[in-house]
Amino acid sequence: MSYFLRKLGFYAVALWAALTLNFAIPRMLPGNPVDILLAKLQQRGGTVSQETREAYALLLGGGDSGPLWQQYLDYFKNLLRGDLGVSVSYYPAQVSDVIAQSLPWTVVLVGLSTVIAAVLGVMLGAFVGWRPGTWLDSLVPATTLLAAVPYFWLALLLTYLLARVLGWFPMQGGYDVALTPGWNAEFIGSAIQYGFLPALTIVLASIGGWLLGMRNMMVSTLSEDYILTAEAKGLSPRKILRSYASRNAVLPSVAGFAISLGFVVSGSVITEQVFSYPGLGGRLLGAVQNNDYALMQGVFLFITLAVLGANLVVDLLYGLIDPRTRARS
Amino acid sequence: MTNPKPVSGPQADTAEPPAETAPRDGGPVRSGWRMLLPTMTPWLALGLVLIGGITLFGLIGPHLVGDPGQIRDQGLTGPSAEFPLGTTQTGQDVLAQLAHATRGSLQIGFIVGVLATALSAFFGIYGAYRGRFIDEAFSLLSNVFLVIPGLPLVIVISGFVPRESRGLWTIALVLALTSWAASARVLRAQTLSVRNRDYVAAAQVSGERPWRVITVEILPNLLPVIASQFVFAVIAAILGEAGLAFIGLGASNSSTLGTMLFYAQNGFALPLGAWWWFVPPGLIIALIGMGLSLVNFSIDEIINPKLKNLRLHRKRARRAARLERELARASRRSGQAPDTDAPAAEEPTR
Repeated sequence: MSYFLRKLGFYAVALWAALTLNFAIPRMLPGNPVDILLAKLQQRGGTVSQETREAYALLLGGGDSGPLWQQYLDYFKNLLRGDLGVSVSYYPAQVSDVIAQSLPWTVVLVGLSTVIAAVLGVMLGAFVGWRPGTWLDSLVPATTLLAAVPYFWLALLLTYLLARVLGWFPMQGGYDVALTPGWNAEFIGSAIQYGFLPALTIVLASIGGWLLGMRNMMVSTLSEDYILTAEAKGLSPRKILRSYASRNAVLPSVAGFAISLGFVVSGSVITEQVFSYPGLGGRLLGAVQNNDYALMQGVFLFITLAVLGANLVVDLLYGLIDPRTRARS
Repeated sequence: MTNPKPVSGPQADTAEPPAETAPRDGGPVRSGWRMLLPTMTPWLALGLVLIGGITLFGLIGPHLVGDPGQIRDQGLTGPSAEFPLGTTQTGQDVLAQLAHATRGSLQIGFIVGVLATALSAFFGIYGAYRGRFIDEAFSLLSNVFLVIPGLPLVIVISGFVPRESRGLWTIALVLALTSWAASARVLRAQTLSVRNRDYVAAAQVSGERPWRVITVEILPNLLPVIASQFVFAVIAAILGEAGLAFIGLGASNSSTLGTMLFYAQNGFALPLGAWWWFVPPGLIIALIGMGLSLVNFSIDEIINPKLKNLRLHRKRARRAARLERELARASRRSGQAPDTDAPAAEEPTR
């Protein structure tokens, strides 16, 4: 049980660190975000009262509302209430509403394509590593090219080939703007059609890493004694592959999910920009370009929360799959 | 991997002594420092050639091409004799831009690679060596940095820095700060296993200073790992900078491959079908990454000898198969036995 407690404790610390970073970054860096924000707000016709000013100052620093530790406490209080401030670029919408609107797009797109890439990559890697020396194996170095391709450039290429030259998919957006978002077949079909290219980009760009990691672990696992024993017992190669080799070889891939998820999220932020996808990444970049600091911090907070949460789930599952991790800690 | 004797004349200049060919079976075992050098394989050669070529292009290219910023009245023309890679929307020479941008990207990749490797070496090795509280603190720090998604953090930081103070070094520092954690964790694990060996204990007992024990006794064991991490850090930095620049958050007053893609995207290269504008920069990034990854494959073989055994085993199997074919052919013709690789053929099952 102490393994799970330890993990929970670690993620609590990580969460605290992320929140503190979010608090510290605007205060440590040059520039005065509050003034820029308020100027923008006035341009959009918002009224700048003393309270608005103080609310932004709490979020971004630069205010005169007491000493630093007091600001720190108030900042946490505001976060607990879910108050992330008012977005300037989507004025007068609350930051939390803007995030809630775009969150499902990113979660479905990034979540689905990560799972597809991981499952496909691990399966392919298992087969390639299982029969070293075949023509498949000599393809492995070629996957490094795929892994080294920048996500957004792959997105540009795919858009050029599949959307502009062949015209199979729409070039931009998350759904047909003529439709109203809702849970009907027409809208979901349109969302799938628009989401296909971004998903394909993420899958293609991230599959190489999974494949390579699994293949290398397969190769190491195949020289273990228990594989030899299994062969000597006369088990069928399929059974050895399924129940003996790949089960053990897949463990580091599961454990490496944390790192890969960070990469995928990072890559998808920029990919969304290429496709003008209505997800969190697009909002983050829009916020950066419009100096909408409140939205920027809110989105960063949410992305971090999501990644931390996914990692926590994977770590807890990993403790169940591999008893050794529990014993060691 | 099809060539049993990979190092020949034209590749010998790629920073690898010619004696480093694959050792023949039963040949002398390589010793000492030479164990740390990777075996030359065709893939490694390809990687070195790619990196060497692109580096040369980045170093020499800018002197050979014209002014990348010069605006002409022949905008958005395809590749021609005058402009081998066409022109941008404002008539700038894409090849000239590419040469300057390659230099910029390599520069930032190298800077960040060095910074990130230094950070990870400090936090990974020093923490694991000192143990107890420092180790706990450092490993907690690197684990936290590992799970916080890097690029969104970089975007937020760059977003807060005003444009005028967003120089090359600021971007390099930010990229390095967000990318050292994974390597530090690996180095910590490696250091922990090295730290408890007898010769390290002997050095400590004989009164050596900690920094000397670390640099002289521990560091040489970790060199292959650090080299591989440096290569990865360079790839990650070039990719990360390209991503930042592509969304307009790169270093101001610098031109990199990402900046080129940013201008291509904003100049509607995609809807206008100007493939010659946005394909080359990405291709160069991908080729740099591929070259470095191929080099890393060879370094991986030093870190994990099982991978190397696999390759040697495969080679032996292929050689045995070829000899069998030759023998069969020879016996059909009732001629003499093949001579070249005969000694190796007697032990194909090893």
